[in-house]
Amino acid sequence: MFLIPDAVVRFYHRMASPPHFYTFTEQCMPWLVGVFVILVSAGLVGGLYLAPADYQQGDSYRIIYIHVPSAWMSLFIYIVMAVAGAIGLVWRIKLAEVVLVSSAPIGAAFTFIALVTGSLWGKPMWGTWWVWDARLTSELVLLFLYLGVMGLYGAMDDKRVASKAVAILALVGVVNIPIIHYSVEWWSSLHQGPTVITKTGKPAMHSSMLIPLLLMALAFKVYYVIALMQRARTELLSRERNSQWVKNKIAMGAKL
Amino acid sequence: MSLSRAFFAIVRRDLVLALRRRSEIANPIFFFILVITLFPLGIGAKPTILQAIAPGIIWVSALLATMLSLDSLFRSDFDDGSLEQIILSPQPTSLLVLAKITAHWLVTGLPLLIVAPLLAVFLGMPSHALPVLLITLLLGTPILSLIGAIGVALTIGLRRGGMILSLLVLPLYVPVLIFASNAVEIASSGLPVTAQINILISMLVMALVLAPWPTAAALKMSMS
Repeated sequence: MFLIPDAVVRFYHRMASPPHFYTFTEQCMPWLVGVFVILVSAGLVGGLYLAPADYQQGDSYRIIYIHVPSAWMSLFIYIVMAVAGAIGLVWRIKLAEVVLVSSAPIGAAFTFIALVTGSLWGKPMWGTWWVWDARLTSELVLLFLYLGVMGLYGAMDDKRVASKAVAILALVGVVNIPIIHYSVEWWSSLHQGPTVITKTGKPAMHSSMLIPLLLMALAFKVYYVIALMQRARTELLSRERNSQWVKNKIAMGAKL
Repeated sequence: MSLSRAFFAIVRRDLVLALRRRSEIANPIFFFILVITLFPLGIGAKPTILQAIAPGIIWVSALLATMLSLDSLFRSDFDDGSLEQIILSPQPTSLLVLAKITAHWLVTGLPLLIVAPLLAVFLGMPSHALPVLLITLLLGTPILSLIGAIGVALTIGLRRGGMILSLLVLPLYVPVLIFASNAVEIASSGLPVTAQINILISMLVMALVLAPWPTAAALKMSMS
């Protein structure tokens, strides 16, 4: 612990307390929305207008600006869930549990978007909506893992116990993440190999296409933080509805 | 009590309990045979088609039979309170859980190995693929029991956990299904299958070492 500056430790401890988290997120929300709007408009203009058409795929490759960031997010959010689950199991931090259960529907949505856009892209490029190859199947399995987390959480009445159960499940499901990530390298797949982070270390994309893609990826990350905060705030309110700070908040809201 | 004695005590107890209720042993086998019978009836009895899909049919049926038998793994102990005693005992819960899974596999998984070759012959699988089918079942069904135990432990406290159990467990079964049925398929066409078998062995070793921990944690959570 002595390696971490005091201010950081204090920040973490403060963030772990629900009332502080609630007011803090209220304050940063406008900033986050602003950053998101800037990033997403820059990314969309760069991707849909400024970037040149692909020499093979024409304009239809532009779905990459939705497909790839959502696919990245689908993996990223699962890892966030697993880490939050581990933190929740070890240190019993309520907020980690809330982050875990609030992430699941967002992750499921991103996985679903990645699957749908991939299938829309596959039809003109591969001539088929769907193939049962490693990348697509493992992404579908990831969607089921998210749905399993949501289903298990919804099936249990005691939400503290449910969060523990979901945390164990999320940690077990992590084995699927490397399988998805390396599926295009391990198996010969119809899905193309990695183009942004290749083995040579250089992206196999021109920067005019790559920069909007990275902007969109950042925008999706910020969107995830916004959505997560919103969900976490409502989840906190419903979990802590009997505590004093929630009652104070409601009383303040009634006065306004 | 030493660890190995505790382990074998639980295995012995569960086997004795299972032998007193023989219908529970027979049910997964009948289910397995019935599901396999449904495929020729549904798809049509063309030998070429059946031969092509035989590895997949046998493996999917084995997977479903294992999953449906999972409920009996902790159910009676949960209902009569012996599960609490197991958790409270001085031996590590993960070890005792592993003992319960072992006994459960001996009762429900092992019998599948005995009927599977017969059904494979009925489906027209070439005889040189039978040893590979048996090896994949021998390696694969314990993995299914070990992974399934995590799911059962998570859902044991729920009144209607059956559907949610399949939603939790089936996605995690996918890798086993892929490698096992692929191995049998390749063996049917006479090619070497060492790579798939090695992957199955490594999955079994990993499941043996890693699965009892979350199962024990989930049981403790379900009992709280």
